[in-house]
Amino acid sequence: MTTPTFSLLHVEFLAWAALWTLGLSAIAFVGGGLLGFGVMLARIGPSKLLRRAASTYIQIVQGTPLLILLFLIYYGIAIFAGPGFPAILAAGAGLTIYASGFLAEIWRGCIEAVPKTQWEAAECLALTRWQRMTRVILPQALRIATPPTVGFLVQIVKNTSLASVIGFIELAQAGKLINNSIFEPFTVFMVVAAFYFAICFPLSMWSRKLERKLNVAGR
Amino acid sequence: MSPVVKLSNVHKYFGALKVLEGVSFEVERGGVAAVIGQSGSGKSTALRCINALETIQDGTIEVCGHAVGDPKLDRRALRQDVGIVFQSYNLFPHLTVEQNIMLAPTCVKSIGKSEARDLARDVLAQVGLSEKAQQYPEQLSGGQQQRVAIARSLAMQPKLMLFDEVTSALDPQLTGEVLKVMEDLARGGMTMILVTHEMAFARKVASQVIYMHKGQVWETGPGSMLDAPKTPELANFVGSGL
Repeated sequence: MTTPTFSLLHVEFLAWAALWTLGLSAIAFVGGGLLGFGVMLARIGPSKLLRRAASTYIQIVQGTPLLILLFLIYYGIAIFAGPGFPAILAAGAGLTIYASGFLAEIWRGCIEAVPKTQWEAAECLALTRWQRMTRVILPQALRIATPPTVGFLVQIVKNTSLASVIGFIELAQAGKLINNSIFEPFTVFMVVAAFYFAICFPLSMWSRKLERKLNVAGR
Repeated sequence: MSPVVKLSNVHKYFGALKVLEGVSFEVERGGVAAVIGQSGSGKSTALRCINALETIQDGTIEVCGHAVGDPKLDRRALRQDVGIVFQSYNLFPHLTVEQNIMLAPTCVKSIGKSEARDLARDVLAQVGLSEKAQQYPEQLSGGQQQRVAIARSLAMQPKLMLFDEVTSALDPQLTGEVLKVMEDLARGGMTMILVTHEMAFARKVASQVIYMHKGQVWETGPGSMLDAPKTPELANFVGSGL
């Protein structure tokens, strides 16, 4: 009997797992974006209580390792919902919370980078707070926010690999499974790394391109 | 006729720093008040208080029937009656000239797009920039940007216009074109308060000059008071400008 070696079948399996990595990244980015936007609004809003609550939330999320966050959610849900809870939901929730804590802070910085005088000018034209935000400040902050946001997206893609610890089969976990059966760690994880690179590199390039465009427009 | 703006004994502190110490003056409908004085004399702060951009600690300010010092003040109602133009223009860089002007009328007064566009055309003609409607602010000179800022305020059809050192960032030629627009406005009967360093303009256009010093109205009178100052401080201030 011959020992199985790394084959096209394994690559196919990894490609399938890469789709889950992409899916999980999308969930984290969309969920984290929506939640993070809300947290950011609270963080810079007029209510002192909400500001403090948002700030505390951000501190806690940023101060907790993603790995621990995933464990807490996975086992936390299991306590209430019983075992057999789908790992993708736990992983999606964990990454959503993680992303929201960072995106809220990134975007707050971008909004505060828009000169105060723009708020003032909008206020003096009798615009409501919401109109000032949506018609004057956000369109300007969006241009500033795009490069760091895309940059953070790359971080999310790579951090989805941590979801493997709660049994979610994405790219990293798939690599581990293949390696357990054929024991060719170097080959397997080189291919896994190549997959990650193939996802992240275009994003990085896009981010850099956006940054250049922004700098040109900024002058 | 009741005044459009009336400040009575206004006090304003930034922490321990007293910026305004009992400022009182009135501006009649159609009046043009030029507020002059050294840097730090409180003239810009006084202007910002009129528009509720700063809160006051004591005294009263009445503007177009709004009690500005009142905590229950409807700021948006006040700002529909009062336009303000800043030294740094503060146009919205992501919008064209026309969109800059149309934003507030469509958002605040809920008038239709086409009506707002007509309005923009009118006010742009008034400041002599009809051909710049589709340009972005960064494509304009400082003087042109400032004239757009004036047009943007005018589009809200304010009862009072405030000008906060609007020509201080401009060279003499560009200053001239902005002052021309302001002079036309004054001739048209607009009630205006301007904080300015342009003594010649104050003398010529203002119906009332207010000289501020150390947070107080030191001397006030018609434009001709600049030729015959009563206080040594104003004499010194006017003299140093020559």
